[in-house]
Amino acid sequence: MNILIICLLFAGLFFFAVGVIGILRLPDFYSRLHAAGKADSIAAVLVIFAIALYNLQDFSLGNILVSIKILFIAVFIYIASPTATHAITKAALVIGVTPWVKGEGKR
Amino acid sequence: MVDNGILIAAIVIILLMFLSLFRVIGGPTVLDRILGGNMIGTKTTAVLLLIGVLYEDLGMFVDIAIAYALLNFIATLGATKFFLRKRNSAEILEAVLDEKAILLDGESSKEESS
Repeated sequence: MNILIICLLFAGLFFFAVGVIGILRLPDFYSRLHAAGKADSIAAVLVIFAIALYNLQDFSLGNILVSIKILFIAVFIYIASPTATHAITKAALVIGVTPWVKGEGKR
Repeated sequence: MVDNGILIAAIVIILLMFLSLFRVIGGPTVLDRILGGNMIGTKTTAVLLLIGVLYEDLGMFVDIAIAYALLNFIATLGATKFFLRKRNSAEILEAVLDEKAILLDGESSKEESS
């Protein structure tokens, strides 16, 4: 059980790090959004699953209730984070942020 | 062992929040700043749960994390709705976007010149 919790935590950390490297290094707005939207949601869900498993180690009714709440947070983030990414993309398209093409510099 | 792992995870996530703060401070467009704020909010939801485990009071911090996740989502949607609603006014675009020449495509610059 401990090994599973540690693996989930560090997989979540890996995806968080990938998302941060993506938004720092990629050349334009849409590719940064591509890195942030996917890596962030899966990383948050992995870390939250790890916490729910850790909380279930001493088994009682209150802990089961708290774990159900934590799983609710995971489901909510898994729905809400792609929705927020979609809204930001739509706002960028309407405002008129132009996509990066090959040969331009980083901006 | 697991407690040390959770402490290390919390510290690393907070360092990653500082790294994504660079995108919030120096992002070329306002939407980059909103994106960085959204990422920091998602990380904060995870860090709140980790802090709840470290303080051995998870039942309280879970409620705070739920409220923070809802607030983060609604704040992002509200900010993007603001930019969708104000899209026709060139003056607000001028005030809102930092580097106008890169961001606007040909249509809006024609509107400004005419």
